[in-house]
Amino acid sequence: MATSAKDLPFREETFRDDFTFKNSPETVLRAPFPFDKDSYMYAVNMELHRDGRPGTAYEAPIDVDEHYVSEMKDRALVLDEDPLRYQSLPHMTLAGWDTLELLMTCKAETYPEWFSLTRDGDNWHWVNRPMGIDQHFVFGDESTLPYAPLEYITRQAQGDFCVLDERDGNLWMDAGMVTTQADWSLDFDIGMNFFEWHAPVPLAHEKGIFKRALKYLLSIQQGNPARRLNWTMTVNPRLDTSPENYHIWGPENTHITPENVADKLFLRIELQSFWRLPRSNALLFPIRCYFLSMRDLSTVPKWATRMHRVLQTLPPEIASYKGLDNYREIAINWLSQFDDGKPTSEGPHPD
Amino acid sequence: MSMLASLDVVVTDVVTVNSLIKRFHFARADGSPLPAFSGGAHIVIEMQDGDTIRRTPYSLMSSPLNTQDYQVSIRRDDEGRGGSLFMHNKVTKGMSMKIGYPANLFSLDKRAPKHLMFAGGIGITPFLAQIHQLIKTNGNFELHYSARNEELGAYSEELKQLLGHRLHVYYDDQDQRIDFDALLSSQPTGTHVYVCGPAPMIEHVIQRSAAHGWPDAHVHFEHFAKAPPGEAFTVELQTSNKKIEVGENQSMLEAMEAAGVDAPYLCRGGACGQCETNVLECDGNLQHEDHWLEDDERASGKKVMPCVSRFKGSRLVLDR
Repeated sequence: MATSAKDLPFREETFRDDFTFKNSPETVLRAPFPFDKDSYMYAVNMELHRDGRPGTAYEAPIDVDEHYVSEMKDRALVLDEDPLRYQSLPHMTLAGWDTLELLMTCKAETYPEWFSLTRDGDNWHWVNRPMGIDQHFVFGDESTLPYAPLEYITRQAQGDFCVLDERDGNLWMDAGMVTTQADWSLDFDIGMNFFEWHAPVPLAHEKGIFKRALKYLLSIQQGNPARRLNWTMTVNPRLDTSPENYHIWGPENTHITPENVADKLFLRIELQSFWRLPRSNALLFPIRCYFLSMRDLSTVPKWATRMHRVLQTLPPEIASYKGLDNYREIAINWLSQFDDGKPTSEGPHPD
Repeated sequence: MSMLASLDVVVTDVVTVNSLIKRFHFARADGSPLPAFSGGAHIVIEMQDGDTIRRTPYSLMSSPLNTQDYQVSIRRDDEGRGGSLFMHNKVTKGMSMKIGYPANLFSLDKRAPKHLMFAGGIGITPFLAQIHQLIKTNGNFELHYSARNEELGAYSEELKQLLGHRLHVYYDDQDQRIDFDALLSSQPTGTHVYVCGPAPMIEHVIQRSAAHGWPDAHVHFEHFAKAPPGEAFTVELQTSNKKIEVGENQSMLEAMEAAGVDAPYLCRGGACGQCETNVLECDGNLQHEDHWLEDDERASGKKVMPCVSRFKGSRLVLDR
């Protein structure tokens, strides 16, 4: 029977130093596994973000799982060290209020035992029980919150959040909260348009992917959010793999050995969703990170087999761009013990 | 409404504004608030007109902060395919209808130090919503509104009360004309210009702002083409493996939808590009009515916008 995330207690764990992060078996099974076949290539793999099946990360529009409280502590640590991980250009304040409303209403509706929102006109009351927050404030009045609205609510929501202004038929990265990123920097990308911030991605430009993806994103309407999955790999369950901190995590890329690969190397899945915001007409782009260790993957035979085949057949440009070159062969060798050479069933879900 | 979620609403009032315009009020059928929106947004109204389902976009004119009462003003078009006539003649208070979520192709640039607005006739409606938004945020703007005569200058009295010197009204029958050149050559740096009205007015503002050195990104226009009626024709849809008839008062997009084909759209007025479709075979003439395709794309005969364009000839095959 599918287990809901609501049945699991919040874990006390770390995403740095001693890395005590761990998935419970239920959390492994509900991960949004990104490969729907045995090979991988860039595609405009977007679909409507509708209520998914119970027991998966798609169950709720904004997913909250057993890592929530600890991830928020890690975010606070990152912001203490580097406040520029949150930025919002002056014209994006309205989009910040839109984001606050969306996240509060989604969470209160989906997880009433954890969150509640009471609205009396512009006088709002927000309760976040897992984080021990009880806040009265006036919607639209920044002076009634301890932080700007976008920073306030994204200190209480797993995943990174980019807020994209729509102008001139393009999208502009004009606000965000980015502390759990796969080697990119909000401080570097702030103010860039869709084509500028995607410029480093190999192969996809030639395939015309970004032009088509932008057209799709511009068509996203209120009430009809969309999603896609992206992935990379990370050594250690480190949420903050930022360019600013490359000196800390970069050297770890050479630390994978046949002995430690099962528990030290992680598939890093990004569940990206796209929401049209009502008052600002901006797009909210949450990027939620899920970690599965190679050992986690091995508990689902289909996933271990497929990961093995994807890594074997991955084009070298993509492997290099994702930073896999130091440990790809080690991972392939370890995963090979789970690959019986037989065809896998269709789709991403476990058999 | 296609595969997208839509809103169930009730018509809460129908108000005659003048001899050509009626205003329609909508509330959510279950009494819950409607979504907030941004000034300049439109909704697509779904109309069950006999056997035909029409979906026509109209600008929201009510305050974007008002989530109890959506308002649109619709000008009766006796020559059109029937959407406005359906709204004027068939829609009454208390009726249940479906509308799409608000979508905005005519958004304010929130960075602008000043907004210069030009409205012609019924083109006033998106500005009404934008003005509410700008008043709330203390935005700097001025509105120039031209109409045929006082009777057809809908909402000009209310706007005078609300805006004072920020409003300038011009009536054709009193020989009053907007002096576009004087206005476009005397704005503070960074101003954005917005125009919604008859096609010649939009073309004129685009042309004159370019002549005065305005950057394209500072010139905004709402260019809804109306899908024109025309002779019936047949289209083959290769991917869906269907052959469909497009009626005289039907668009290709509507005919696809009637045949159960889920075709993409957003504006349904030839402006947004979402319904762009590849032409696989064409023995005859495509009658392009959109504002989206470039001249070379039209000349190639390989693209068509089925929300507004038509066809005359013996065979048309689309990649849909």
